[in-house]
Amino acid sequence: MLYFSKFRIISVILISLFFILIASSNLFKFENNLLNKKINLGLDLQGGSYLLLEIDNNPVIEQKIQNLSITIRNYFKDKNIRIKNLKILGQKLSFSVDENFKQTILDTFNDEESELNPYYPRFKSHQLDITEENNIFFVNYSTQGIVKLKTSSQDQALEIVRRRIDEIGTNEPNILKRGNDRILVELPGLDDPMRIKSLLGKTANLTFRFVTNNDQDSFGAEKLSYEDESEEDALVSKRIILSGDNLLDAQPRMDSETNETVVTFTLDRVGAKRFGKATSTGIGKQLAIVLDGKIISAPVIRDTIASGSGQISGGFTFQSATDLALLLRSGALPAPLNIIEERTVGPDLGQDSINAGMIALAIGFVLVIVFIFVKYKIFGLITNITLIVNLFLLIGILTIFEATLTLPGIAGIILTVGMAVDANVLIFERIKEELKNEKNNLIAFDSGYTKSRTAILDANITTLLAAIILFFMGSGPIKGFSLTLGIGIFTTLFSVYFIARLLTVLYVYRNKEKEGLI
Amino acid sequence: MIAFNKYYNQFNILSISLVVISLFLLTFKGLNFGIDFKGGTLIELRSTDSKINVSSLRDNLNSMNLGDVSVKNFGNETDFLIKFEINNNKNIIEEIKANLDKSFGNTFDFRRVENVGPKVSAELLKSGVIAIAVALTLMLIYIWIRFEWQFSLGAILALFHDVLVTLGLFSLLGLEINLSIIAAVLTIVGYSMNDTVVIFDRVRENLRKYSDIKIYDLTNISINETLSRTLITSITTLLALLSIFFFGGEILKGFSLAMIFGVIFGTYSSIYIANTVLVRLRVSQKTVLREDESS
Repeated sequence: MLYFSKFRIISVILISLFFILIASSNLFKFENNLLNKKINLGLDLQGGSYLLLEIDNNPVIEQKIQNLSITIRNYFKDKNIRIKNLKILGQKLSFSVDENFKQTILDTFNDEESELNPYYPRFKSHQLDITEENNIFFVNYSTQGIVKLKTSSQDQALEIVRRRIDEIGTNEPNILKRGNDRILVELPGLDDPMRIKSLLGKTANLTFRFVTNNDQDSFGAEKLSYEDESEEDALVSKRIILSGDNLLDAQPRMDSETNETVVTFTLDRVGAKRFGKATSTGIGKQLAIVLDGKIISAPVIRDTIASGSGQISGGFTFQSATDLALLLRSGALPAPLNIIEERTVGPDLGQDSINAGMIALAIGFVLVIVFIFVKYKIFGLITNITLIVNLFLLIGILTIFEATLTLPGIAGIILTVGMAVDANVLIFERIKEELKNEKNNLIAFDSGYTKSRTAILDANITTLLAAIILFFMGSGPIKGFSLTLGIGIFTTLFSVYFIARLLTVLYVYRNKEKEGLI
Repeated sequence: MIAFNKYYNQFNILSISLVVISLFLLTFKGLNFGIDFKGGTLIELRSTDSKINVSSLRDNLNSMNLGDVSVKNFGNETDFLIKFEINNNKNIIEEIKANLDKSFGNTFDFRRVENVGPKVSAELLKSGVIAIAVALTLMLIYIWIRFEWQFSLGAILALFHDVLVTLGLFSLLGLEINLSIIAAVLTIVGYSMNDTVVIFDRVRENLRKYSDIKIYDLTNISINETLSRTLITSITTLLALLSIFFFGGEILKGFSLAMIFGVIFGTYSSIYIANTVLVRLRVSQKTVLREDESS
């Protein structure tokens, strides 16, 4: 255990120097690309918001079931089968057919190549499940169908969320999928989480619909209230003239005539055509602009608008007009999003945490170093040098991987400092015991190292197991703790077996004959 | 040499009572779960007006129908920590801000806001419990591979003792259980195991060496031989933890406190629980030799 080849000695020194250099790149600026790396600070240290959004897919499923009812009716109509008593029961459909068609229905739904009920060739499971009870068929989405629907609405929502956040222009946002119906948003250094929250909380489903005065409208009508509750509820047709999909652009603007803040919009070709047609046939009527089920305003049409652009007024402040324009530009979410977890840390608290963490690290470090030096003198010095290099190794590795350092992560580093001396202590205590029976320093040191090895390995493996579990089970800050604790174990083993051992060997060879060495 | 073995019985009785009391506390008093596991909202405020105190802040918040609100100082006189139950109002933070500004003027800085919904808190609790269970199981498997079953039993009992008594103490003192406490408990599991394994390693080595010493004395020899290591490592770990506790800021207080308890219990249990199990199971040289032959 005591022999070091020249090659090994040089390698150990080079590796240590390399990591010291890497670790110091957090403090200085290097031109070199390899060295130009920094540890990322977690949201709890640099300040920022962590938001976990959950997509409420129920409205999507209900909408799809509604569309499906029409598809089913038309599909069987072509086959001369009359669907009777077609009913929408939330996320389910029910219908019945004449007795002699029952088998045809079942066969159509269960056919592996079915057009109406796809997915089977790819997923070995249909999109829809059909069951029959008392001559009534029930159709609903299968587990596979729901999964597909959720992933597709998650993809769309992710895209829209990204667009909205990019529009606000926060630096380096992190937007990730979680499961199949959640989106994780991390916004470092955000100073106004309220605004982002309100922007992400809106579906931004925009429609232009006529206000009617009878509920005999052939498309049906619904009673909607005004966003600002300035006017009585109005009856609005369900027929959609235009939707947000037809918008090319939207911008907040000050109307020079009325001195009011408005949102101007530009429509695509299809939208412009439809808008022109609706405004020409509907002169004198009220056109309601509906956002997420609330009327923003319902101006009376005075002229045909064929230019494909227009403006929305609705008592906006400049901020609310900017936000509405932003929402319209980035598009509607496929389904409502709910914020199910939020963690926001202000930048000054983050700085306070960094300061407190660094002070605790410095004090903990000094206490341990002084204690070890008093206890072991020259070997304490060796342990302390090892500890310092260990700290550089740990920070260096975190830097190379540009890992994220959190406050619990700093705690993990401090704890590593406390526990790192364990291995050296195990070795030194063992050597002391060996020296009681063995007069030759070299032999005693050698067997001290050998005999303590299993205990050291055991001790570190147990801590490593705990760190690994934490890493995979834990969230956010806890991950940061397990990361530093886990990496700390490897750097500790390296520094104990290479650096401390090297220094010990050099010292012992010079003092072969000295008694009471440790 | 210190005669640790003289007090095996007394300390076993003490440990059993501690575990029983802890189980009793955990069953009847329960744990004070933070918003991570219970759901709800936490707000950390800093006031620029030193006249504002906990009770004036509480009166103000109580007028808002937030349900069960807790307000306390956090670290110093001008920092406050507010917690309340799950609230369905999406704009609750804005409303609180407006209400506080109205009553106290614009004197508050919202330093931290955490809001955990019921679904997430249930998931966090579940994954926390799973994490601890997986950790204990892995430790069990590891120790079972490394040592004879008598040793495994000793180590696992020591482990359960440490986790239960630490949680019992948290229940007794009403300290909050949050995500970082789970991290602390898992680290305690690792630490306690570490300590036990080092002593067991020595016990096994001594069992092979001496055939004529009874396990009762043999454990004592082993404890003494490893004692300075046990103490030095515990002391350096405690030094590190104490500096986190005193200087690492309010957020890490609970975490470091749990770890401090855990290290103390872990050191104690390695000596007085793990070893006494070996004594009570009458481990002898045969135990380790049989294993050596079969492997």
